[in-house]
Amino acid sequence: MNFETVIGLEVHVELKTNSKIFSPAPVAFGADPNTNTNVIDWGYPGVLPVLNKNVVEFGMKAALALNCEISQHTYFDRKNYFYPDNPKAYQISQDEFPLGHDGWIEIEVEGEKRKIRIERVHIEEDAGKNIHGSEGYSYVDLNRQGTPLIEIVSEADMRSPEEAYAYLEAIRSIIQFTGVSDVKMEEGSMRCDANISLRPYGQEKFGTKTELKNLNSLNFVKKGLAYEQKRQERVLLSGGIIQQETRRYDDATGETILMRVKEGASDYRYFPEPDIPHLEIADEWVESVRASLPELPSKRRERYVNELGLPEYDAMVLTLTKEMSDFFEETLTQGADAKQASNWLMGGVSAYLNSEKLELHETNLTPENLAGMIEIIADGTISSKIAKKVFKELITNGGHAREVVEAKGWVQLSDPSKLLPIINEILDKNAQSVEDFKNGKDRALGFLVGQTMKATKGQANPGVVNKLLQEELNKR
Amino acid sequence: MKEQDIQHVAKLSKLSLSQDDLHQFTSQLTDIVHMVERLNEVDTEGVAVTANVVHDINVMREDVAVKGTDRDLLMTNVPEHEDGFIKVPVIIDNGEAGA
Amino acid sequence: MTKWYDKSVEELHDLLVKKEITATELTKETFNRLKETEPKIDAFLALNEEKALEQAKLIDEKGIAAEDVLAGIPIGIKDNIVTKGLRTTAASKMLENFDPIYDATVMSKLYDKQMIPVGKLNMDEFAMGGSTENSAFKPTKNAWDQRKVPGGSSGGSAAAVAAGQVPVSLGSDTGGSIRQPAAFNGIVGMKPTYGRVSRFGLIAFASSLDQIGPLTRTVRDNALVLEAISGQDERDSTSASHPVANYVADIDAGVKGMKLAVPKEFMGEGVEAGVRESVQAAIEKFRELGATVEEVSLPNIAYSVEAYYIIASSEASSNLQRFDGIRYGYRADDCQNLEEVYIKTRSEGFGDEVKRRIMLGTFSLSAGYYDAYFKKAGQIRTLIKEEFLSVLKEYDLIIGPTAPTVAYNLGENIKDPLTMYAADILTIPVNLAGLPGMSIPCGLSNGLPVGLQIIGSYFDEKTMYQAAYAFEQGTEFHKLQPEILGGNN
Repeated sequence: MNFETVIGLEVHVELKTNSKIFSPAPVAFGADPNTNTNVIDWGYPGVLPVLNKNVVEFGMKAALALNCEISQHTYFDRKNYFYPDNPKAYQISQDEFPLGHDGWIEIEVEGEKRKIRIERVHIEEDAGKNIHGSEGYSYVDLNRQGTPLIEIVSEADMRSPEEAYAYLEAIRSIIQFTGVSDVKMEEGSMRCDANISLRPYGQEKFGTKTELKNLNSLNFVKKGLAYEQKRQERVLLSGGIIQQETRRYDDATGETILMRVKEGASDYRYFPEPDIPHLEIADEWVESVRASLPELPSKRRERYVNELGLPEYDAMVLTLTKEMSDFFEETLTQGADAKQASNWLMGGVSAYLNSEKLELHETNLTPENLAGMIEIIADGTISSKIAKKVFKELITNGGHAREVVEAKGWVQLSDPSKLLPIINEILDKNAQSVEDFKNGKDRALGFLVGQTMKATKGQANPGVVNKLLQEELNKR
Repeated sequence: MKEQDIQHVAKLSKLSLSQDDLHQFTSQLTDIVHMVERLNEVDTEGVAVTANVVHDINVMREDVAVKGTDRDLLMTNVPEHEDGFIKVPVIIDNGEAGA
Repeated sequence: MTKWYDKSVEELHDLLVKKEITATELTKETFNRLKETEPKIDAFLALNEEKALEQAKLIDEKGIAAEDVLAGIPIGIKDNIVTKGLRTTAASKMLENFDPIYDATVMSKLYDKQMIPVGKLNMDEFAMGGSTENSAFKPTKNAWDQRKVPGGSSGGSAAAVAAGQVPVSLGSDTGGSIRQPAAFNGIVGMKPTYGRVSRFGLIAFASSLDQIGPLTRTVRDNALVLEAISGQDERDSTSASHPVANYVADIDAGVKGMKLAVPKEFMGEGVEAGVRESVQAAIEKFRELGATVEEVSLPNIAYSVEAYYIIASSEASSNLQRFDGIRYGYRADDCQNLEEVYIKTRSEGFGDEVKRRIMLGTFSLSAGYYDAYFKKAGQIRTLIKEEFLSVLKEYDLIIGPTAPTVAYNLGENIKDPLTMYAADILTIPVNLAGLPGMSIPCGLSNGLPVGLQIIGSYFDEKTMYQAAYAFEQGTEFHKLQPEILGGNN
């Protein structure tokens, strides 16, 4: 029997506000434990939450960027559960009326475009952190408590781990473009839980799903889902049934491991939060937030293809991160050709960033200097071979392309008056090759070009060398 | 209400009840629930729920960060702490956590 | 020096301004009086003697201006209001050793007015109860008869004022917890409009119902203190932006032309004959003073107790989850793992009434019951609120008894939660609707005080004070004093 895979994702994104969602304590990553907290974060007796306006606006920005409708009337609910990182023993979240609902985004897998629907986008507070120590104790740090989050819940519209990967990549890119979050999975500012189930093709009803946790990178999401897809298939084919359970992805083994079986729905006893007044979101507010949205990746892609004539693939890769896309546009502003700039960013730059595990702003390359380098390649000042050296220099140590080339003496040699003495010296030393050439052995010319390049340390213009060599050979 | 219902509610509330407490609470809560069921006499079809009586809407503060409270001060009432962390006996996953 | 402890805030202020008594002397006298009367009343859980005397010294050094009406005046604070550096327990074993590191907003406001908090007042644990017998530490006694309960949950706040331990105190009212003990002790107690006074620093019982308010021996004193603690607070987003009125100006405007409503449901069979007679006499008095009084009906009030116990308990079950033995408060000994910390701490730290309400609330919110309980109660709440508002469209105020009975014997009702709950029927609806309600003395029944309840429109405390003041000045009831205050009663 063949099965269709059904995947839905819940993505949590930390919002980059100055202060927490319900308290004025700072939002910061990596501080000493319990230093960015106050009595509100600690859930001291008598404290009350006061909503941060920017959280609502950031949440609205994200929801609008994900094509959601904004709820005109909304409020918060309490989700009740005991845990040491949850000081009030309830999380202030949104249950019945999420800030945004009924959105969608477009993804592309193997050239095929699909719309994935988004059920809801709501705002809530993050919990603190428990660190499990040895000797029977755990340790609680409440710095993260109250960090604003949005939760983006997709419909179960994805049909493969690859689609899930593409969806997450697209969400990350869109949110990053809005500027409301860093969306870094490694730092936990973007987190993902996945629901996956299988059903026989043609069956409408969803199969029993399992929930995957601990998916700390895009690759883990893809690998974890791929493993789980196979595991469920094996269970079903052997006549077994899937239990509704939560599983953890373990990258060391590439497997998913059972955490717990869900015994019916957890009883979180949601009810409306009485400490926070309701929100009435007027159309004018929504429109002013919409107007403040920057150009989103989909619009940029369209522009790159239609106006700059880039291939769709280039447009997609360039807009994966806002940083890359902004860099690209600035390089064009500095006068570079779009295709050349795209080739360098997708090629040399990306390879360098991957191998060095750096981000663009952590290198010394600037759009101005990349444009300068593209210019001196085009005007023949440097060869494409030398360009590789120049690029390495620019990205590691910085500097202006033309100045670097001159300082290092890497300018291409095209002047016949300088090349001819070198060429004649080589012809004198290689009588046998001259002889071979005369006897019709074309390979000899290649050898002589090589010798000339070697003698000029690669700086000779190969085209000019070729032409001059032929002329000189014919003279002999 | 049966004693097992009361046990379930006690479990959700993180309370343990002795046998005597259980009997007493079961009978008292049964009475209370009976009393409360009188509400069914009222037709509330289509009536909105009032969950608070706050007069203002859209009450929000500006996004201005204020330095955290002194950690030692916050630790004043903590039963056990170590190196700036609140210390708790080992966590056995109860399946409830999950922000 | 004349006897000072039965004086009103305004009388004490006169003495202070004329330097007939200094703030330091008044503070010392207050603690002397406290120590002398506490064995009988048991109103206080903690005293603030050292700091109070320091504060008084500073006030004396600075001098008291004529306009600083509250400067140097001692005040008692209900023990669910968080006081920095002064043990705050909410009368629970759970917070037996809790040392707050911040002040409630009302405390900051009192300090601004240079009032001197002298101690923390006993109450029912976490404000759950109507007799102060649910205190984990001790029962407080009624100022009029020490065999009787003082009412609750602000029993300490009411008894302390009635017994002349302090001229004013703060209480909190979730379902009648200021008004009923004020009635039982023959004093003035105000539960303001929801949102009038900041709840920041009030240990939450039921967030959508709780309000802080003053208890005093006179109406004017009450108005003065309410004005001092009212106003929007940036730390409580449910506090109201509505401007605070000057309650004392025009307090003597009288009731001529006022339209008062008496709900017939407030005067039904459940109300003790003695109480009904006193309230009937009060109604006549208002007519005599020039008001129109008419009977109205609020039929859905009959369901208010049920709706209230679901809503208040649901909110409480969530609000009280933070007491888990981890960051503050009681922690049970010998816990092997986290689950034990939670269960043992909470089982040992909470008293029975608190546990009952937590369980009722948890049940009302749990899967499968939410719609039939919490949601249904919220719908009834809407009906009750609408009923009140339609009456208040036609009438300036609603009046009736505060409680169906006078103070009863200690130990009489404590074993029967249903009887205790039912006794709140006249005060609960006001909290459900978020309206302001107050209780003023309107006579004695069997030698114990009867309270007259006055209910107003949202933020119309001013009209309530006008009516209360007219009644107070037109009658002799406020001059009745319990024996402990020097009276013959």
